[in-house]
Amino acid sequence: MLKIGCPWCGERDELEFTYGGQAHVAYPAHPADLSDAEWSEYIYFRDNPKGWFRERWVHTAGCRMWFNGVRNTVTNEFTVFYKPGEPPPSVGRWIAQ
Amino acid sequence: MTQVLRLAHGRLVDRSAPLMISFDGADLRGYAGDTVAAILVANGVRICSRGVYSGRPRGLMSAGPEEANVFVQVLSGAGEPMVRATDIEAYDGLVVESLAGRGRLPDLPDASRYDKRFVHVETLVVGGGGAGFAAAMEASRGSGRVLLVHDRPVLAAEAHDGLADRAELSAAGVTVLTRTTATGLHEHGYVVAVERRTDHLASPPIDCSRERLWNIRAGAIVLATGAHERSIAFAGNDVPGVMLAASAATYVTDYAARPGERAVVFGCHDGIAEAACVLADGGVEVALVVDTRADVGVTSSAALAARGIPTLTGTVTSTETSGDGILSAAVVRGSDGRVETVDCDLLAVSGGWNPALQLYTHTGGRTRWSEPAACFVPADGPPRVAVVGRATGEFAESLRPQATFCVETAETDDAMVYLDLQRDATLADLRRAVAAGMRSAEHVKRYTTISTAADQGRSSGVLSVGVLCTELGVAMSQGITTTYRPPYTPISFALLAGRDRGHLADPARVSPVHDWHVRHGAVFEDVGQWKRPRYFPRDANEPMHDAVARECAAARTGVAMMDASTLGKIELHGRDAGELLDRLYTNMMSTLAVGKVRYGVLCGPDGMVIDDGTVARLDTGRWLLTTTTGNAAKILDWLEEWLQTEWPELDVRCCSVTEQWTTVAVVGPGARAVLATVAPDLDVSNDSFAFMEWRDAVIGGCEARVMRISFSGELAYEVNVAGWYGQALWEVVLEAGQPHGITPYGTETMHVLRAEKGYPIVGQDTDGTVTPFDLGMSWVVSKKKADFVGKRSYARADATRVGRKQLVGLVPIDGRSPIAEGAQLVASDADLGSLPVLMEGHVTSAYDSVALGTPFALALLADGASRHGDELQAVDEMAGTPVRVTAPVPYDPEGSRRDGD
Repeated sequence: MLKIGCPWCGERDELEFTYGGQAHVAYPAHPADLSDAEWSEYIYFRDNPKGWFRERWVHTAGCRMWFNGVRNTVTNEFTVFYKPGEPPPSVGRWIAQ
Repeated sequence: MTQVLRLAHGRLVDRSAPLMISFDGADLRGYAGDTVAAILVANGVRICSRGVYSGRPRGLMSAGPEEANVFVQVLSGAGEPMVRATDIEAYDGLVVESLAGRGRLPDLPDASRYDKRFVHVETLVVGGGGAGFAAAMEASRGSGRVLLVHDRPVLAAEAHDGLADRAELSAAGVTVLTRTTATGLHEHGYVVAVERRTDHLASPPIDCSRERLWNIRAGAIVLATGAHERSIAFAGNDVPGVMLAASAATYVTDYAARPGERAVVFGCHDGIAEAACVLADGGVEVALVVDTRADVGVTSSAALAARGIPTLTGTVTSTETSGDGILSAAVVRGSDGRVETVDCDLLAVSGGWNPALQLYTHTGGRTRWSEPAACFVPADGPPRVAVVGRATGEFAESLRPQATFCVETAETDDAMVYLDLQRDATLADLRRAVAAGMRSAEHVKRYTTISTAADQGRSSGVLSVGVLCTELGVAMSQGITTTYRPPYTPISFALLAGRDRGHLADPARVSPVHDWHVRHGAVFEDVGQWKRPRYFPRDANEPMHDAVARECAAARTGVAMMDASTLGKIELHGRDAGELLDRLYTNMMSTLAVGKVRYGVLCGPDGMVIDDGTVARLDTGRWLLTTTTGNAAKILDWLEEWLQTEWPELDVRCCSVTEQWTTVAVVGPGARAVLATVAPDLDVSNDSFAFMEWRDAVIGGCEARVMRISFSGELAYEVNVAGWYGQALWEVVLEAGQPHGITPYGTETMHVLRAEKGYPIVGQDTDGTVTPFDLGMSWVVSKKKADFVGKRSYARADATRVGRKQLVGLVPIDGRSPIAEGAQLVASDADLGSLPVLMEGHVTSAYDSVALGTPFALALLADGASRHGDELQAVDEMAGTPVRVTAPVPYDPEGSRRDGD
């Protein structure tokens, strides 16, 4: 069970949280202008890196707030947690862009 | 039976405290401190189990966690289907039965209590041997909390030098848990441990849980898990009497029990000489020590010589047995080629030691083969984890073996060389796997089942890897190894569940009217966590079909009422709530006037329906959404996710109000009269209170909100009052409805009524691959809005392709055959005797209908929208019912019932 640092509540056990997949995949500003390929890229395609990954979590059984974290998908170590809207941290070359 | 093999003194047993256990119906004497295994040894019980597949007799092969042969079923106390005999502490009156590899689950529910605790410590030490003791004492000098867990009843160091190590640890502030096994080491310092609290007691205190699950979060973890002895495989190595050498010695030193009368000791390191001396000093005649090495340590040689124990450089190649299958002799071959048969009833074997690194590898720690220690040792560990003591593989010089896994001669039958005793898997099995092309240990493991038994390869894993490497001609350092996964030892589901069993397994949610439903004989069904009345039988004899027909008739021709409180209800406040709803619902919501209600559908970005419900505008900046009963939490989360992560600039607040309101639906042509009675101040005429409007009212003295919405096609009102007035509201409506014959109904009738009108249930008639267009609801998708979540997906070719499954109605052609939910739809001329046949769709809902006078169904059918009138078969259990496709609104398609009679 991971230990996750909610930026509002502090460190809690993973069982209080729900995973939200890759972070920084914004809803397109003008979906109608996208090609089918671009739209399906938004809906269906996500990175699956071996290494550092910026991902979303929500504190379901706590404050119910969304936030982001950077996790190493090999070791499950987190380096940083940050709130939505805060600039994504740079965490080395393994990170999925 | 008598304890023919008992010695005067053992470190763990109390000879002044005798006890009696029952093993397979025989009474056996023992002493406090004994394990079941020790009592079997002391009483000379040689055959203790049978091979799971071979049926061959098996005896104890160890004194500890290595044991792969003797598992027993505990019948006394709380009982347990399958426990290692070396792990069970004996108490007076203990009753156990031998097993042939598999335990039997009891028929009765487990009445024992299990609990769990959460602890946080700076340092966790796993293992209470000398190294663990030292590590805990060292850690206790800091300021942090220290916890030591040890899987045996007595700390190992305490057992060996008689000091009260436990007291010393406690004095140093270390928390000590014995009979506690760390079963999993997970990320971020999380360790799961199981404490067995009462199984060793003849009469456990009733206020003590049987087992406790410890959820430990540790800053640092010290693994002092020790090492497990490894055997050497040879022909007939499974017979009763063949035992690990250190275990044989342990029976003498710790339990005062002699594991045999005359022993041959075989191995490849100086530890066997030590074991031979212990056995000899304990009164076992050691006939011969066979060492694979020519250069035996000087100390060992001297010790053996001093006791007059003969030695031989060579190997044991096979065993001989007496008529009952018990070891009678070891066949040995010297390095000079001479073969000799040595009579013995104990063959003590040791091939070296495997550091117990299961926990170390649970989160990806890697091991490497150490040539000098002839074992896998820690290489690249997880963060926070340190390994100390024998678990490091840094053994004393005398314990470093000459790597030896298997002895084979020209005469050896490889089907008699057992690599995994618990799985009855042999060298022949492993060779079959290699011959079939397996090269990795993971593949061989799955092909042969080696190391998949209850011990998870503790006794067979490294041995088999060693043999596999020999077969493949590769070095052990090539890294052929298997991965250990939690749990290290089996954990019962009952322990994992703890108190969360029975009615505590999942919260049961009930409406404020629940007690009335119970008192009036409602039959309930689970909808998510809710208990909802399914139907209200008139009496104990009325079957569901009759009750539902009666309830439906009341709703269609008179008046009926339902508790709809469980529908999800979410209130939205804020300037931009209309904008948010426009972005999420497929239709336009922001234009809704205060006092009005609109039906809406929510879709994912992929355009597929995820929920539906009504939206009411309570005020300019205040809205009330309803969701399906099971989706309330999910839709609230959905709103929050978009608000927080995509559109934080919108001024909207969301709040669940599901439980704040009790909702009673009053349904049927007589509904207006009933409402007029209970709300005399409310103008209920069709002109002033139209369909899809809501009004405030006072009902039974309570403030109420009445919505004119319908999930049946009939004239209907949903009356909402504050939750705690729910039962009063229900009774007021019921009383007012008596002159009209008002009939309470449940979810089954609700389903029939809605299906007759073709109203889909999200999650029943949809499955995440269905668009509003597939449901025939293009009218609910706005063409005016520039965008909403899902809109772009309707422009994809897939959304309009030929062959999409679309909602249709079905009726049986004969007008009376029932249609099965889940039935597959195939062509009317499809030959079910010659499979496969093309499946064109499936039935999603099916009911009998009083209103239609026939059974009917809703179905998803390929290109269904253009196939009304087609004939098909609905196939269930390989029987086809001829059906005709209809429009998905079988009843009152014109909507003429909406305003009442």
